[in-house]
Amino acid sequence: MTEQTPSGVIHDIGYRKYDGARLGRARVARALYAHSLRGAYGLGRSAKAKVLPMLLLGVMCLPAFIIAVIANVTSTITAELPLPYSRYVVVTQGILTIFVAAQAPASLSRDLRFKTVPLYFSRPMERTDYVLAKFAALSTALLMLIAAPLLIMYVGALLAELPAWEQTSDLLLALLGAVVFSVVFAGVGLLIASLTARRGFGVAAIITVFALSFAAVSALQGIIRYEVEDIDLAGWLGLLSPITLADGFQTWVLDASSSAVAPPPGAAGGVVYVLVTFAVIGACWALLNLRYRKVSA
Amino acid sequence: MNGTVVRLTYRALLGGRRAWLLLLMSVLLLSMAVLLRIAVGVDHQVTADFLGAVAVAALVPLFGLIVGTGVIGPEIDDGSIVYLLSKPISRPKIIMSKLVVAAAGTVLFAAVPTFVAGLVMSGTTGRIALGFGAAALVASLAYSAIFLLLAVVTRHAVVYGLAYALIWEGLLGSFVPGARTLSVQQWSLSLTEAIATRDIVSSDVRLAVAGVLLAVVIVGATWYAGQRLRVLTLAGDE
Repeated sequence: MTEQTPSGVIHDIGYRKYDGARLGRARVARALYAHSLRGAYGLGRSAKAKVLPMLLLGVMCLPAFIIAVIANVTSTITAELPLPYSRYVVVTQGILTIFVAAQAPASLSRDLRFKTVPLYFSRPMERTDYVLAKFAALSTALLMLIAAPLLIMYVGALLAELPAWEQTSDLLLALLGAVVFSVVFAGVGLLIASLTARRGFGVAAIITVFALSFAAVSALQGIIRYEVEDIDLAGWLGLLSPITLADGFQTWVLDASSSAVAPPPGAAGGVVYVLVTFAVIGACWALLNLRYRKVSA
Repeated sequence: MNGTVVRLTYRALLGGRRAWLLLLMSVLLLSMAVLLRIAVGVDHQVTADFLGAVAVAALVPLFGLIVGTGVIGPEIDDGSIVYLLSKPISRPKIIMSKLVVAAAGTVLFAAVPTFVAGLVMSGTTGRIALGFGAAALVASLAYSAIFLLLAVVTRHAVVYGLAYALIWEGLLGSFVPGARTLSVQQWSLSLTEAIATRDIVSSDVRLAVAGVLLAVVIVGATWYAGQRLRVLTLAGDE
């Protein structure tokens, strides 16, 4: 065989190495946070994905608007809002439950189902960064959902010329309470959602935990408080549902008006409510991190 | 009805760990009933309050929601429904088979425990247990049919179904009395009112009206679900 000179050539078609700045872990986490937060309201997703969160935001704000109008109409008779800021969350807890149930699985289950989680973790992003970004994003989304109607009520109260200083301090305390509500809701919701790659199961499980526990706890509290007349035991029962737990927290720490059937029993009860609230948040955080040690469900 | 579809649906719904998770909810209701019996003793008003608030207002709708959408939702979600639809079985027949499983599941896991909880708390006095059991039974059928229809119509069936159960029947019903006349919960409670001999429950709807509305809703939802399944389009995941 005769020697042949190679006939093919490798063309330079202009591929270039990336020589920009590499932004690192913190920026990756921040980008994922922003992406997840936008995703919770359907921004950057299809029009169909926007319908539900926007609808819930509207339904959430509607009673606040009505309350603001009533406050303006009745401002000559009373110097108070028809509903205190801090009770708004528990009155509308159904809407919050639906939001968590719809958006927590949407935030996590698609990453699991389409196996994008390994792709995230092949970047400079740590497991805790992923959990932190998702947790913070859903908490922020929930906080916005709660804060929007509260601000509407606040503006209404100011327009009705209710005492401004009192309204402002009430609003700030209610917003602090709202932070606790959103973190507890987001933690429990995400933990359940992270266990299944099927969105439908995640939604059903979250709804069951929130709605059933709230209905059962409220009914038991009512019976034990009014039929057995044991208000302390009724107060302790509130620890068993995330909604009454966070409500007890803000009743005791922030001096909010309670919406539960029975408030935390005494000082010891209050301390236990606070400890359990932080324990629940901490446990959700730890278990989520444990869950994402392994990628597959 | 088609035996094979029933069997496959039953296995998809209750196979593996899922049956245990559902059973856990029923056990929760029963254990609360036992605890109340021990703590309060026999008090028929407590029985009515407890079963009304926890069983009829929460457990039965939630079960109807999870089971009613669960029999067909996941299949539509992952697209495997096409293998079922391509078989020579009429679509209304598929819906009927799915509905039978959903209704049986809800009755077994929600209505029967309600009846047993009533027995535990009040015995057979005043036909209270029977009244709530019957209410839970018809509510199970109605919720299964409604939520099965919803699962065929939209991919977010669980969420919209929950919006109906929580916002319409719960929040709106407590502020707007008119909303209560159009609620499965009140229709079924009118049955309790009619059966129980003691005056412990009151419904906003008369029995005859409730009966007609329940029948219309169950039959109508099932028929329309069959029609919608005939023109089902499979959308990709958004």
